[in-house]
Amino acid sequence: MTALNLAAATQITRQPPHLMLAEPMLTMCGISKNFGGVKALSDVDATVYPGEVLGIVGESGSGKSTLLRMMNLEDTPEAGSYHLALPGRENSNLFSLDRFERRSLRAEHIGIVYQNPHLGLLMGHTSSGNVAERLLIAGKRNFAELRERARQSLDASEFPVERMDATPRELSGGMQQRVQLAKAIALEPAVLLLDEPTTGLDVSVQALVLDTLKRLQRDHAITMVLVSHDLGVIRTMADRVMVMRRGNVVEQGLADQIFQDPQHAYTQQLVHAKL
Amino acid sequence: MKLQELTRPWAAFNYGFLDESAKREIRRRILKAIAVPGYQVPYASREVPMARGWGTGGLQVSLTILKPDAVVKVIDQGTDDSVNACSIRKFFGRVGGVIETEDTQGATIIQSRHRIPEEKLRDDQVLVLQVPDPEPLRTVQSDMPVAREMHGDADYGQLWLILYEQLVKSGRIMQYTEYPSLVNGRHVISPSPIPRWDVLKLNKADHLTILSAGREKRIYAVPPHTRVEPLVFDDVPYRVEDHQDKTCYRTNVTGFFMNELPQDDGSAKFELSDSHFGVKHMRKAEGEPVAIGDTWYKNGKMNR
Repeated sequence: MTALNLAAATQITRQPPHLMLAEPMLTMCGISKNFGGVKALSDVDATVYPGEVLGIVGESGSGKSTLLRMMNLEDTPEAGSYHLALPGRENSNLFSLDRFERRSLRAEHIGIVYQNPHLGLLMGHTSSGNVAERLLIAGKRNFAELRERARQSLDASEFPVERMDATPRELSGGMQQRVQLAKAIALEPAVLLLDEPTTGLDVSVQALVLDTLKRLQRDHAITMVLVSHDLGVIRTMADRVMVMRRGNVVEQGLADQIFQDPQHAYTQQLVHAKL
Repeated sequence: MKLQELTRPWAAFNYGFLDESAKREIRRRILKAIAVPGYQVPYASREVPMARGWGTGGLQVSLTILKPDAVVKVIDQGTDDSVNACSIRKFFGRVGGVIETEDTQGATIIQSRHRIPEEKLRDDQVLVLQVPDPEPLRTVQSDMPVAREMHGDADYGQLWLILYEQLVKSGRIMQYTEYPSLVNGRHVISPSPIPRWDVLKLNKADHLTILSAGREKRIYAVPPHTRVEPLVFDDVPYRVEDHQDKTCYRTNVTGFFMNELPQDDGSAKFELSDSHFGVKHMRKAEGEPVAIGDTWYKNGKMNR
Protein backbone atom coordinates (compact mmCIF):
# COMPACT_ATOMS: atom_id res chain seq x y z
CA MET A 1 0.00 0.00 0.00
CA THR A 2 2.65 2.44 1.09
CA ALA A 3 4.90 1.28 -1.70
CA LEU A 4 2.18 1.85 -4.25
CA ASN A 5 1.61 5.35 -2.97
CA LEU A 6 5.28 6.08 -3.18
CA ALA A 7 5.44 4.80 -6.72
CA ALA A 8 2.52 7.03 -7.74
CA ALA A 9 4.20 9.99 -6.08
CA THR A 10 7.50 9.44 -7.86
CA GLN A 11 5.67 9.09 -11.14
CA ILE A 12 3.96 12.44 -10.65
CA THR A 13 7.22 14.18 -9.90
CA ARG A 14 8.70 12.78 -13.06
CA GLN A 15 5.99 14.26 -15.23
CA PRO A 16 6.56 17.69 -16.76
CA PRO A 17 5.15 20.60 -14.73
CA HIS A 18 1.39 20.46 -14.62
CA LEU A 19 0.83 23.73 -16.51
CA MET A 20 2.89 22.58 -19.47
CA LEU A 21 0.68 19.60 -20.15
CA ALA A 22 -1.97 21.68 -21.88
CA GLU A 23 -1.83 22.96 -25.43
CA PRO A 24 0.07 26.26 -25.41
CA MET A 25 -2.01 29.44 -25.49
CA LEU A 26 0.65 31.52 -27.19
CA THR A 27 3.38 30.24 -29.48
CA MET A 28 6.07 32.35 -31.10
CA CYS A 29 8.66 30.75 -33.33
CA GLY A 30 11.90 32.08 -34.81
CA ILE A 31 11.23 35.76 -34.24
CA SER A 32 13.93 37.99 -35.73
CA LYS A 33 13.88 41.75 -35.86
CA ASN A 34 16.47 44.36 -36.80
CA PHE A 35 16.33 48.06 -36.21
CA GLY A 36 18.74 49.40 -38.79
CA GLY A 37 21.99 47.60 -38.06
CA VAL A 38 20.95 46.62 -34.55
CA LYS A 39 19.76 43.09 -34.03
CA ALA A 40 16.90 43.46 -31.55
CA LEU A 41 15.73 39.87 -31.64
CA SER A 42 17.41 36.92 -33.26
CA ASP A 43 15.52 33.69 -33.66
CA VAL A 44 13.56 33.89 -30.41
CA ASP A 45 11.01 31.23 -29.47
CA ALA A 46 8.42 31.76 -26.77
CA THR A 47 5.60 29.60 -25.50
CA VAL A 48 2.99 30.46 -22.91
CA TYR A 49 0.61 27.86 -21.49
CA PRO A 50 -2.97 28.62 -20.45
CA GLY A 51 -3.23 30.04 -16.96
CA GLU A 52 0.47 30.51 -16.39
CA VAL A 53 2.54 33.63 -15.88
CA LEU A 54 5.63 33.86 -18.03
CA GLY A 55 8.16 36.34 -16.73
CA ILE A 56 10.65 37.88 -19.13
CA VAL A 57 13.75 39.40 -17.55
CA GLY A 58 16.70 41.13 -19.08
CA GLU A 59 18.62 44.36 -19.08
CA SER A 60 17.58 47.45 -21.05
CA GLY A 61 17.98 46.80 -24.76
CA SER A 62 17.77 43.03 -24.41
CA GLY A 63 14.71 42.92 -26.68
CA LYS A 64 12.10 42.04 -24.08
CA SER A 65 9.88 45.03 -24.80
CA THR A 66 10.23 44.50 -28.53
CA LEU A 67 9.08 40.93 -28.06
CA LEU A 68 6.08 42.15 -26.08
CA ARG A 69 5.21 44.64 -28.81
CA MET A 70 5.19 41.73 -31.25
CA MET A 71 2.88 39.82 -28.95
CA ASN A 72 0.57 42.83 -28.93
CA LEU A 73 0.75 42.91 -32.76
CA GLU A 74 2.01 46.47 -32.68
CA ASP A 75 5.01 45.51 -34.76
CA THR A 76 5.92 42.72 -37.15
CA PRO A 77 9.23 40.88 -37.27
CA GLU A 78 11.38 40.11 -40.33
CA ALA A 79 10.92 36.42 -39.74
CA GLY A 80 8.90 34.23 -37.44
CA SER A 81 5.39 33.11 -36.69
CA TYR A 82 2.88 33.85 -33.96
CA HIS A 83 -0.08 31.70 -32.97
CA LEU A 84 -2.74 32.17 -30.35
CA ALA A 85 -5.04 29.28 -29.43
CA LEU A 86 -8.25 31.13 -30.23
CA PRO A 87 -11.27 29.36 -31.66
CA GLY A 88 -11.07 29.56 -35.43
CA ARG A 89 -7.55 31.00 -35.44
CA GLU A 90 -5.51 27.99 -34.34
CA ASN A 91 -3.73 27.63 -37.66
CA SER A 92 -3.26 31.20 -38.76
CA ASN A 93 -0.01 33.06 -38.35
CA LEU A 94 -1.13 36.29 -36.74
CA PHE A 95 1.66 38.28 -38.38
CA SER A 96 0.11 37.57 -41.76
CA LEU A 97 -3.21 39.16 -40.80
CA ASP A 98 -4.13 42.47 -42.36
CA ARG A 99 -4.39 45.70 -40.44
CA PHE A 100 -8.12 45.41 -39.80
CA GLU A 101 -8.05 41.84 -38.51
CA ARG A 102 -5.03 42.57 -36.39
CA ARG A 103 -6.81 45.53 -34.81
CA SER A 104 -9.97 43.62 -34.00
CA LEU A 105 -7.97 40.67 -32.69
CA ARG A 106 -5.95 42.96 -30.47
CA ALA A 107 -9.09 44.68 -29.23
CA GLU A 108 -10.86 41.46 -28.36
CA HIS A 109 -8.23 38.98 -27.28
CA ILE A 110 -5.13 40.80 -26.07
CA GLY A 111 -4.92 43.06 -23.04
CA ILE A 112 -1.88 45.16 -22.29
CA VAL A 113 -0.69 47.26 -19.37
CA TYR A 114 2.12 49.67 -20.13
CA GLN A 115 4.70 51.04 -17.77
CA ASN A 116 3.70 54.55 -18.78
CA PRO A 117 -0.06 55.03 -18.24
CA HIS A 118 -0.06 57.76 -20.91
CA LEU A 119 0.45 55.05 -23.52
CA GLY A 120 -2.50 52.97 -22.44
CA LEU A 121 -5.00 55.55 -21.22
CA LEU A 122 -6.78 58.61 -22.53
CA MET A 123 -5.80 61.00 -19.78
CA GLY A 124 -8.53 63.53 -20.43
CA HIS A 125 -11.38 61.02 -20.30
CA THR A 126 -12.96 59.41 -17.27
CA SER A 127 -11.61 56.14 -15.89
CA SER A 128 -14.87 54.31 -16.57
CA GLY A 129 -14.84 55.82 -20.06
CA ASN A 130 -11.37 54.43 -20.64
CA VAL A 131 -12.62 50.95 -19.83
CA ALA A 132 -15.81 51.49 -21.81
CA GLU A 133 -13.83 52.56 -24.87
CA ARG A 134 -12.39 49.10 -25.16
CA LEU A 135 -15.87 47.62 -25.08
CA LEU A 136 -17.03 50.19 -27.62
CA ILE A 137 -14.21 49.26 -29.99
CA ALA A 138 -15.34 45.65 -29.67
CA GLY A 139 -18.80 46.75 -30.79
CA LYS A 140 -20.76 47.00 -27.54
CA ARG A 141 -23.44 49.66 -28.00
CA ASN A 142 -25.66 49.43 -24.93
CA PHE A 143 -25.05 52.27 -22.50
CA ALA A 144 -26.33 50.52 -19.36
CA GLU A 145 -24.28 47.43 -20.17
CA LEU A 146 -21.15 49.49 -20.85
CA ARG A 147 -21.53 51.26 -17.55
CA GLU A 148 -22.08 48.04 -15.62
CA ARG A 149 -19.20 46.19 -17.24
CA ALA A 150 -16.84 49.12 -16.73
CA ARG A 151 -17.82 49.16 -13.07
CA GLN A 152 -17.30 45.40 -12.71
CA SER A 153 -13.95 45.52 -14.41
CA LEU A 154 -12.70 48.42 -12.28
CA ASP A 155 -13.97 46.60 -9.21
CA ALA A 156 -12.10 43.45 -10.23
CA SER A 157 -8.86 45.41 -10.46
CA GLU A 158 -9.56 46.80 -6.98
CA PHE A 159 -10.10 50.33 -8.12
CA PRO A 160 -12.33 52.38 -5.76
CA VAL A 161 -15.56 52.32 -7.76
CA GLU A 162 -16.85 55.62 -6.34
CA ARG A 163 -14.03 57.33 -8.25
CA MET A 164 -14.81 55.67 -11.58
CA ASP A 165 -15.75 58.97 -13.20
CA ALA A 166 -12.52 60.73 -12.28
CA THR A 167 -9.98 61.24 -15.05
CA PRO A 168 -6.70 59.32 -14.75
CA ARG A 169 -4.96 62.69 -14.61
CA GLU A 170 -6.46 63.22 -11.15
CA LEU A 171 -5.37 59.79 -9.92
CA SER A 172 -2.18 58.50 -8.36
CA GLY A 173 0.24 56.31 -10.27
CA GLY A 174 -0.98 53.12 -8.65
CA MET A 175 -4.59 53.95 -9.45
CA GLN A 176 -3.67 54.73 -13.05
CA GLN A 177 -2.16 51.27 -13.34
CA ARG A 178 -5.36 49.78 -11.93
CA VAL A 179 -7.40 51.63 -14.59
CA GLN A 180 -5.06 50.26 -17.25
CA LEU A 181 -5.50 46.81 -15.79
CA ALA A 182 -9.30 47.16 -15.73
CA LYS A 183 -9.21 48.25 -19.36
CA ALA A 184 -7.01 45.30 -20.28
CA ILE A 185 -9.18 42.67 -18.61
CA ALA A 186 -12.55 44.21 -19.57
CA LEU A 187 -13.04 41.76 -22.42
CA GLU A 188 -11.47 38.76 -20.69
CA PRO A 189 -8.47 38.57 -23.00
CA ALA A 190 -6.81 35.33 -24.01
CA VAL A 191 -3.50 36.76 -22.93
CA LEU A 192 -2.64 39.70 -20.70
CA LEU A 193 0.63 41.47 -21.45
CA LEU A 194 2.28 43.44 -18.68
CA ASP A 195 5.14 45.74 -19.63
CA GLU A 196 6.91 46.76 -16.43
CA PRO A 197 3.52 47.36 -14.74
CA THR A 198 4.92 48.40 -11.37
CA THR A 199 8.09 50.23 -12.35
CA GLY A 200 7.97 53.78 -11.07
CA LEU A 201 5.57 53.03 -8.25
CA ASP A 202 6.76 53.23 -4.67
CA VAL A 203 7.38 49.92 -2.93
CA SER A 204 4.17 49.74 -0.89
CA VAL A 205 1.94 50.62 -3.87
CA GLN A 206 3.93 48.20 -6.00
CA ALA A 207 3.13 45.47 -3.49
CA LEU A 208 -0.59 46.32 -3.60
CA VAL A 209 -0.71 46.28 -7.41
CA LEU A 210 1.15 42.97 -7.50
CA ASP A 211 -1.30 41.66 -4.94
CA THR A 212 -4.20 42.58 -7.22
CA LEU A 213 -2.49 40.97 -10.19
CA LYS A 214 -1.86 37.84 -8.20
CA ARG A 215 -5.48 37.65 -7.04
CA LEU A 216 -6.80 38.20 -10.56
CA GLN A 217 -4.50 35.51 -11.84
CA ARG A 218 -5.66 33.10 -9.17
CA ASP A 219 -9.39 33.83 -9.55
CA HIS A 220 -9.62 33.92 -13.32
CA ALA A 221 -6.58 31.87 -14.35
CA ILE A 222 -5.56 34.60 -16.78
CA THR A 223 -2.61 33.81 -19.01
CA MET A 224 -0.03 36.51 -18.46
CA VAL A 225 3.27 37.61 -19.92
CA LEU A 226 5.13 39.86 -17.52
CA VAL A 227 8.12 41.85 -18.65
CA SER A 228 10.25 43.37 -15.95
CA HIS A 229 13.82 44.09 -15.05
CA ASP A 230 12.91 43.75 -11.38
CA LEU A 231 13.69 40.22 -10.23
CA GLY A 232 11.59 40.71 -7.11
CA VAL A 233 8.48 41.27 -9.23
CA ILE A 234 9.26 38.29 -11.41
CA ARG A 235 9.89 36.08 -8.40
CA THR A 236 6.53 37.05 -6.88
CA MET A 237 4.48 36.64 -10.01
CA ALA A 238 6.01 34.29 -12.54
CA ASP A 239 5.60 30.53 -12.90
CA ARG A 240 8.22 30.34 -15.60
CA VAL A 241 11.03 32.72 -16.44
CA MET A 242 12.75 33.59 -19.69
CA VAL A 243 16.06 35.45 -19.42
CA MET A 244 16.96 37.60 -22.41
CA ARG A 245 20.18 39.24 -23.42
CA ARG A 246 21.08 41.08 -26.63
CA GLY A 247 18.08 39.73 -28.49
CA ASN A 248 18.60 36.12 -27.46
CA VAL A 249 17.00 33.91 -24.87
CA VAL A 250 19.93 32.80 -22.75
CA GLU A 251 18.01 30.67 -20.33
CA GLN A 252 14.49 29.63 -19.50
CA GLY A 253 12.83 27.41 -16.96
CA LEU A 254 10.63 27.31 -13.89
CA ALA A 255 10.98 30.37 -11.71
CA ASP A 256 12.41 28.39 -8.79
CA GLN A 257 14.96 26.69 -11.01
CA ILE A 258 16.16 29.96 -12.43
CA PHE A 259 16.43 31.67 -9.08
CA GLN A 260 17.89 28.74 -7.11
CA ASP A 261 20.06 27.17 -9.75
CA PRO A 262 20.91 29.59 -12.55
CA GLN A 263 22.93 27.88 -15.29
CA HIS A 264 23.98 30.61 -17.65
CA ALA A 265 26.71 32.99 -16.55
CA TYR A 266 24.56 36.03 -17.22
CA THR A 267 21.65 34.66 -15.20
CA GLN A 268 23.99 33.86 -12.34
CA GLN A 269 25.27 37.39 -12.42
CA LEU A 270 21.71 38.72 -12.48
CA VAL A 271 20.48 36.59 -9.60
CA HIS A 272 23.50 37.30 -7.47
CA ALA A 273 23.34 41.00 -8.18
CA LYS A 274 19.84 40.89 -6.81
CA LEU A 275 20.71 38.84 -3.80
CA MET B 1 -6.30 110.96 -68.82
CA LYS B 2 -8.11 108.55 -66.55
CA LEU B 3 -6.99 105.12 -65.56
CA GLN B 4 -10.25 103.74 -66.93
CA GLU B 5 -9.43 104.96 -70.43
CA LEU B 6 -6.17 103.07 -70.40
CA THR B 7 -7.68 99.75 -69.45
CA ARG B 8 -9.91 97.40 -71.39
CA PRO B 9 -13.61 97.50 -70.62
CA TRP B 10 -14.58 95.14 -67.79
CA ALA B 11 -15.49 91.63 -68.80
CA ALA B 12 -15.92 88.49 -66.79
CA PHE B 13 -12.72 86.48 -66.67
CA ASN B 14 -14.60 83.22 -66.94
CA TYR B 15 -18.14 81.99 -66.49
CA GLY B 16 -18.87 81.40 -62.82
CA PHE B 17 -15.80 83.24 -61.53
CA LEU B 18 -13.50 80.21 -61.15
CA ASP B 19 -11.29 79.27 -64.08
CA GLU B 20 -12.02 76.08 -65.95
CA SER B 21 -9.11 74.08 -64.56
CA ALA B 22 -10.18 74.90 -61.02
CA LYS B 23 -13.74 73.86 -61.76
CA ARG B 24 -12.57 70.68 -63.38
CA GLU B 25 -10.54 69.79 -60.31
CA ILE B 26 -13.46 70.43 -57.97
CA ARG B 27 -15.82 68.47 -60.24
CA ARG B 28 -13.50 65.49 -60.06
CA ARG B 29 -13.26 65.77 -56.28
CA ILE B 30 -17.04 65.92 -56.04
CA LEU B 31 -17.34 62.77 -58.15
CA LYS B 32 -14.88 61.00 -55.89
CA ALA B 33 -16.73 62.20 -52.80
CA ILE B 34 -19.97 60.83 -54.21
CA ALA B 35 -18.31 57.52 -55.08
CA VAL B 36 -17.08 57.08 -51.51
CA PRO B 37 -19.89 58.48 -49.35
CA GLY B 38 -18.63 60.32 -46.30
CA TYR B 39 -14.95 60.16 -47.27
CA GLN B 40 -13.21 63.53 -47.05
CA VAL B 41 -11.57 64.26 -50.38
CA PRO B 42 -8.81 66.88 -50.28
CA TYR B 43 -8.92 69.62 -52.90
CA ALA B 44 -7.07 72.80 -53.74
CA SER B 45 -9.30 75.43 -52.23
CA ARG B 46 -9.14 78.53 -54.48
CA GLU B 47 -9.23 82.17 -53.63
CA VAL B 48 -12.71 83.63 -53.84
CA PRO B 49 -13.66 87.22 -53.04
CA MET B 50 -14.64 86.29 -49.51
CA ALA B 51 -12.72 85.55 -46.34
CA ARG B 52 -12.09 81.94 -45.34
CA GLY B 53 -14.67 80.87 -42.81
CA TRP B 54 -17.52 82.72 -44.50
CA GLY B 55 -18.55 79.88 -46.75
CA THR B 56 -15.75 79.75 -49.29
CA GLY B 57 -15.97 75.95 -49.49
CA GLY B 58 -19.66 75.93 -50.29
CA LEU B 59 -19.18 78.85 -52.66
CA GLN B 60 -16.59 77.00 -54.73
CA VAL B 61 -18.76 73.91 -55.05
CA SER B 62 -21.79 76.00 -56.02
CA LEU B 63 -19.74 77.97 -58.57
CA THR B 64 -18.51 74.71 -60.06
CA ILE B 65 -21.95 73.20 -60.55
CA LEU B 66 -23.47 76.53 -61.65
CA LYS B 67 -25.07 76.93 -65.07
CA PRO B 68 -27.01 79.86 -66.52
CA ASP B 69 -30.43 78.24 -66.03
CA ALA B 70 -29.74 77.30 -62.39
CA VAL B 71 -31.98 78.68 -59.67
CA VAL B 72 -30.04 79.41 -56.52
CA LYS B 73 -31.15 79.81 -52.93
CA VAL B 74 -28.70 80.70 -50.16
CA ILE B 75 -29.49 80.08 -46.50
CA ASP B 76 -27.64 81.49 -43.53
CA GLN B 77 -28.86 80.21 -40.14
CA GLY B 78 -32.19 79.41 -41.75
CA THR B 79 -32.77 82.84 -43.24
CA ASP B 80 -32.45 84.11 -46.78
CA ASP B 81 -32.11 87.76 -45.86
CA SER B 82 -28.97 87.98 -43.75
CA VAL B 83 -26.11 90.01 -45.20
CA ASN B 84 -24.01 86.95 -45.86
CA ALA B 85 -26.81 85.06 -47.61
CA CYS B 86 -27.78 88.08 -49.73
CA SER B 87 -24.19 88.79 -50.75
CA ILE B 88 -23.49 85.23 -51.79
CA ARG B 89 -26.77 84.97 -53.71
CA LYS B 90 -26.10 88.24 -55.55
CA PHE B 91 -22.59 87.06 -56.33
CA PHE B 92 -24.02 83.97 -58.06
CA GLY B 93 -26.37 86.21 -60.04
CA ARG B 94 -23.53 88.46 -61.10
CA VAL B 95 -20.90 85.88 -62.10
CA GLY B 96 -23.25 83.17 -63.34
CA GLY B 97 -26.34 84.96 -64.58
CA VAL B 98 -28.44 82.56 -62.54
CA ILE B 99 -31.94 83.13 -61.24
CA GLU B 100 -31.94 84.07 -57.56
CA THR B 101 -34.71 82.74 -55.38
CA GLU B 102 -35.74 82.38 -51.76
CA ASP B 103 -38.14 79.55 -52.48
CA THR B 104 -36.90 76.07 -51.52
CA GLN B 105 -39.26 74.39 -53.97
CA GLY B 106 -38.09 76.47 -56.92
CA ALA B 107 -34.35 76.23 -56.35
CA THR B 108 -32.04 73.78 -58.09
CA ILE B 109 -28.97 74.61 -56.01
CA ILE B 110 -29.34 75.40 -52.32
CA GLN B 111 -26.27 76.58 -50.50
CA SER B 112 -26.73 76.55 -46.78
CA ARG B 113 -25.09 77.17 -43.47
CA HIS B 114 -26.59 75.72 -40.26
CA ARG B 115 -29.93 74.51 -41.64
CA ILE B 116 -31.56 72.15 -44.09
CA PRO B 117 -34.90 73.57 -45.31
CA GLU B 118 -38.06 72.20 -43.72
CA GLU B 119 -39.60 71.36 -47.08
CA LYS B 120 -38.43 68.08 -48.60
CA LEU B 121 -35.82 68.33 -51.31
CA ARG B 122 -36.29 66.51 -54.60
CA ASP B 123 -33.84 64.42 -56.57
CA ASP B 124 -33.23 67.28 -59.04
CA GLN B 125 -32.00 69.56 -56.28
CA VAL B 126 -28.49 69.79 -54.84
CA LEU B 127 -27.81 70.88 -51.29
CA VAL B 128 -24.40 72.43 -50.71
CA LEU B 129 -23.42 72.77 -47.06
CA GLN B 130 -20.67 75.11 -45.89
CA VAL B 131 -18.53 73.33 -43.35
CA PRO B 132 -16.21 75.05 -40.88
CA ASP B 133 -14.60 71.87 -39.55
CA PRO B 134 -15.00 68.67 -41.55
CA GLU B 135 -13.09 66.41 -39.17
CA PRO B 136 -15.30 64.66 -36.59
CA LEU B 137 -12.20 63.20 -34.94
CA ARG B 138 -10.58 66.57 -34.26
CA THR B 139 -11.99 66.68 -30.74
CA VAL B 140 -10.30 63.40 -29.89
CA GLN B 141 -7.23 63.50 -32.12
CA SER B 142 -5.50 66.76 -32.89
CA ASP B 143 -2.95 65.10 -35.17
CA MET B 144 -4.68 65.03 -38.58
CA PRO B 145 -2.51 62.36 -40.25
CA VAL B 146 -3.36 60.08 -37.30
CA ALA B 147 -7.03 61.03 -37.57
CA ARG B 148 -6.99 60.00 -41.23
CA GLU B 149 -5.51 56.66 -40.25
CA MET B 150 -8.32 56.28 -37.73
CA HIS B 151 -10.82 56.89 -40.53
CA GLY B 152 -9.00 54.25 -42.56
CA ASP B 153 -9.32 51.78 -39.69
CA ALA B 154 -12.92 52.85 -38.97
CA ASP B 155 -11.59 53.45 -35.46
CA TYR B 156 -14.45 55.50 -34.02
CA GLY B 157 -14.39 54.21 -30.44
CA GLN B 158 -13.40 57.60 -29.08
CA LEU B 159 -16.36 59.35 -30.71
CA TRP B 160 -18.63 56.92 -28.89
CA LEU B 161 -16.61 57.59 -25.78
CA ILE B 162 -17.46 61.30 -25.96
CA LEU B 163 -21.17 60.46 -26.13
CA TYR B 164 -20.75 57.98 -23.26
CA GLU B 165 -19.17 60.65 -21.09
CA GLN B 166 -21.85 63.20 -21.95
CA LEU B 167 -24.42 60.69 -20.72
CA VAL B 168 -22.39 60.02 -17.58
CA LYS B 169 -21.86 63.69 -16.77
CA SER B 170 -25.15 65.21 -17.87
CA GLY B 171 -27.56 62.32 -18.14
CA ARG B 172 -28.21 63.13 -21.78
CA ILE B 173 -26.37 63.75 -25.02
CA MET B 174 -25.11 67.31 -25.05
CA GLN B 175 -23.85 67.32 -28.64
CA TYR B 176 -25.88 70.09 -30.23
CA THR B 177 -24.47 70.53 -33.71
CA GLU B 178 -22.03 68.50 -35.81
CA TYR B 179 -23.54 65.33 -34.43
CA PRO B 180 -21.22 62.52 -35.59
CA SER B 181 -23.06 60.37 -38.10
CA LEU B 182 -22.16 57.17 -39.86
CA VAL B 183 -22.57 57.40 -43.63
CA ASN B 184 -23.27 54.25 -45.60
CA GLY B 185 -22.10 52.14 -42.67
CA ARG B 186 -18.48 53.15 -43.17
CA HIS B 187 -17.28 56.73 -42.63
CA VAL B 188 -18.29 58.95 -39.75
CA ILE B 189 -18.85 62.53 -40.85
CA SER B 190 -19.40 65.75 -39.04
CA PRO B 191 -22.56 66.93 -40.82
CA SER B 192 -21.55 70.61 -40.68
CA PRO B 193 -23.12 72.74 -37.95
CA ILE B 194 -26.68 71.63 -38.65
CA PRO B 195 -28.74 70.91 -35.50
CA ARG B 196 -29.69 67.38 -34.47
CA TRP B 197 -33.12 68.21 -35.88
CA ASP B 198 -31.71 68.27 -39.41
CA VAL B 199 -29.36 65.27 -39.30
CA LEU B 200 -32.28 62.87 -39.84
CA LYS B 201 -33.14 64.68 -43.08
CA LEU B 202 -29.92 63.41 -44.64
CA ASN B 203 -30.85 59.76 -44.19
CA LYS B 204 -32.08 58.14 -47.42
CA ALA B 205 -32.80 61.55 -48.88
CA ASP B 206 -33.78 62.02 -52.51
CA HIS B 207 -31.33 64.86 -53.03
CA LEU B 208 -27.56 64.99 -53.24
CA THR B 209 -25.76 66.74 -50.41
CA ILE B 210 -22.23 68.07 -50.95
CA LEU B 211 -20.34 69.32 -47.93
CA SER B 212 -17.32 71.49 -48.48
CA ALA B 213 -14.82 73.11 -46.16
CA GLY B 214 -12.88 75.93 -47.81
CA ARG B 215 -10.34 76.58 -45.11
CA GLU B 216 -9.73 72.90 -44.36
CA LYS B 217 -9.80 72.03 -48.09
CA ARG B 218 -12.05 68.97 -47.87
CA ILE B 219 -15.10 67.90 -49.85
CA TYR B 220 -17.39 65.06 -48.82
CA ALA B 221 -20.83 64.05 -49.91
CA VAL B 222 -23.98 62.19 -49.02
CA PRO B 223 -25.35 60.78 -52.27
CA PRO B 224 -29.11 60.29 -52.70
CA HIS B 225 -30.69 57.32 -50.94
CA THR B 226 -27.69 56.78 -48.66
CA ARG B 227 -27.95 55.72 -45.03
CA VAL B 228 -26.90 58.41 -42.56
CA GLU B 229 -27.12 57.17 -38.99
CA PRO B 230 -26.31 59.41 -36.05
CA LEU B 231 -24.21 57.49 -33.50
CA VAL B 232 -26.59 56.33 -30.75
CA PHE B 233 -26.52 53.76 -27.98
CA ASP B 234 -29.03 50.92 -28.22
CA ASP B 235 -30.80 51.95 -25.04
CA VAL B 236 -30.59 55.74 -25.43
CA PRO B 237 -32.70 56.86 -28.37
CA TYR B 238 -31.64 59.72 -30.63
CA ARG B 239 -33.31 62.88 -29.47
CA VAL B 240 -33.83 65.99 -31.55
CA GLU B 241 -34.25 69.46 -30.07
CA ASP B 242 -37.49 69.84 -28.08
CA HIS B 243 -39.20 72.08 -30.59
CA GLN B 244 -42.13 69.76 -31.34
CA ASP B 245 -44.63 71.76 -29.30
CA LYS B 246 -43.23 75.23 -29.92
CA THR B 247 -45.41 77.61 -31.92
CA CYS B 248 -44.13 80.36 -34.17
CA TYR B 249 -45.48 83.68 -32.88
CA ARG B 250 -45.72 85.12 -36.36
CA THR B 251 -47.34 82.31 -38.28
CA ASN B 252 -48.93 80.16 -35.56
CA VAL B 253 -47.25 77.11 -37.10
CA THR B 254 -46.22 74.34 -34.70
CA GLY B 255 -43.78 71.48 -34.95
CA PHE B 256 -40.75 72.82 -36.77
CA PHE B 257 -37.29 73.99 -35.79
CA MET B 258 -37.58 77.39 -34.11
CA ASN B 259 -35.40 80.37 -33.25
CA GLU B 260 -35.75 81.32 -29.64
CA LEU B 261 -36.17 85.06 -29.08
CA PRO B 262 -35.56 85.97 -25.43
CA GLN B 263 -37.90 88.67 -24.14
CA ASP B 264 -37.29 91.40 -21.59
CA ASP B 265 -39.49 89.71 -19.00
CA GLY B 266 -37.41 86.54 -19.09
CA SER B 267 -39.79 84.54 -21.25
CA ALA B 268 -39.09 83.56 -24.83
CA LYS B 269 -40.89 83.82 -28.11
CA PHE B 270 -40.31 81.42 -30.96
CA GLU B 271 -40.23 81.98 -34.68
CA LEU B 272 -39.71 79.56 -37.53
CA SER B 273 -36.01 79.18 -38.23
CA ASP B 274 -36.62 78.51 -41.93
CA SER B 275 -37.57 82.09 -42.81
CA HIS B 276 -39.03 81.59 -46.27
CA PHE B 277 -41.08 78.66 -45.01
CA GLY B 278 -42.57 81.15 -42.53
CA VAL B 279 -43.13 83.74 -45.25
CA LYS B 280 -45.05 81.16 -47.25
CA HIS B 281 -47.28 80.40 -44.29
CA MET B 282 -47.95 84.09 -43.75
CA ARG B 283 -48.87 84.64 -47.39
CA LYS B 284 -51.12 81.64 -47.33
CA ALA B 285 -52.88 82.99 -44.23
CA GLU B 286 -53.47 86.23 -46.12
CA GLY B 287 -55.18 84.28 -48.88
CA GLU B 288 -52.45 84.20 -51.52
CA PRO B 289 -52.24 80.99 -53.54
CA VAL B 290 -48.96 79.62 -52.17
CA ALA B 291 -47.84 76.04 -52.65
CA ILE B 292 -46.14 74.73 -49.51
CA GLY B 293 -44.15 71.61 -50.25
CA ASP B 294 -44.17 68.33 -48.40
CA THR B 295 -42.19 68.58 -45.18
CA TRP B 296 -39.78 66.15 -43.53
CA TYR B 297 -41.32 66.72 -40.11
CA LYS B 298 -45.05 66.38 -39.65
CA ASN B 299 -46.65 67.36 -36.32
CA GLY B 300 -43.18 67.67 -34.88
CA LYS B 301 -42.25 64.08 -35.77
CA MET B 302 -39.84 62.95 -38.43
CA ASN B 303 -41.85 61.41 -41.22
CA ARG B 304 -40.45 57.98 -42.10
